[in-house]
Amino acid sequence: MVARERPLSPHLQVYRPQITSVLSIVHRLTGVALCVGTLLLVWWLVAAAAGPDAFEAAQGFIGSIFGRLILFGWSWALLYHLCNGVRHLVWDAGYGFELDTLTRSGWLTLVVSIGLTLIAWIAGYAMMGG
Amino acid sequence: MAVRTPIGRARGLGSAKEGTHHWWMQRVTAIALVPLALWFVASVASMAGADYVAMRAWAGQPITATLLISLIVATFYHAALGMQVVYEDYVHPHWVKVVFDIATKLVFFAFAVACIFSILKLAFAA
Repeated sequence: MVARERPLSPHLQVYRPQITSVLSIVHRLTGVALCVGTLLLVWWLVAAAAGPDAFEAAQGFIGSIFGRLILFGWSWALLYHLCNGVRHLVWDAGYGFELDTLTRSGWLTLVVSIGLTLIAWIAGYAMMGG
Repeated sequence: MAVRTPIGRARGLGSAKEGTHHWWMQRVTAIALVPLALWFVASVASMAGADYVAMRAWAGQPITATLLISLIVATFYHAALGMQVVYEDYVHPHWVKVVFDIATKLVFFAFAVACIFSILKLAFAA
């Protein structure tokens, strides 16, 4: 029997992206990205336990331009997932579902996560002496 | 035809009273991870450019080791629960979903054990 191309009902592409929907999928994407990012954490800890040479190799990668880019993305993903996670916990408690509150808490989450990331990196560079 | 009432069928197929366990543990680990992750980011930032000796001295402290192991356990537990939901939503053939979920749990468990062993080694060698 020949499979017939049947019409499908419209899916995600017919909806205009909104702050709520975009942040929701970003929460999931950062969660998955952080799972991959834990590889870096595992490498860093195992290398430290393995000895100075292994640790230097790990630090060398993390300290390279490519490594720093990954770490920058990783730190923002972590802080975003954390801030939006707190937003989720507030929802779990039953608060914050009014439309204007949702929009405001969404933008606040974005601003705070970027702010915390920048603070962490400015502090890090200050520790290294610029 | 099965001679059973709908409620009898529901009891037989029900949640075994564990329906909320996944959801609940995701929240418990999330709450634990709020302070742990913030502490970890602050620690890594304050150790930027630190050498091997400084890293060992930091990781070897009892408080650091305790917090690091807590971070590792909560992180991989939370990550395994999260990936399970992602698979349940997007991976369709049932057996593929099950294989992905089991593989993820085994890999995350191995990662967590490797991290905990490394932290303990640093702590006891300090």
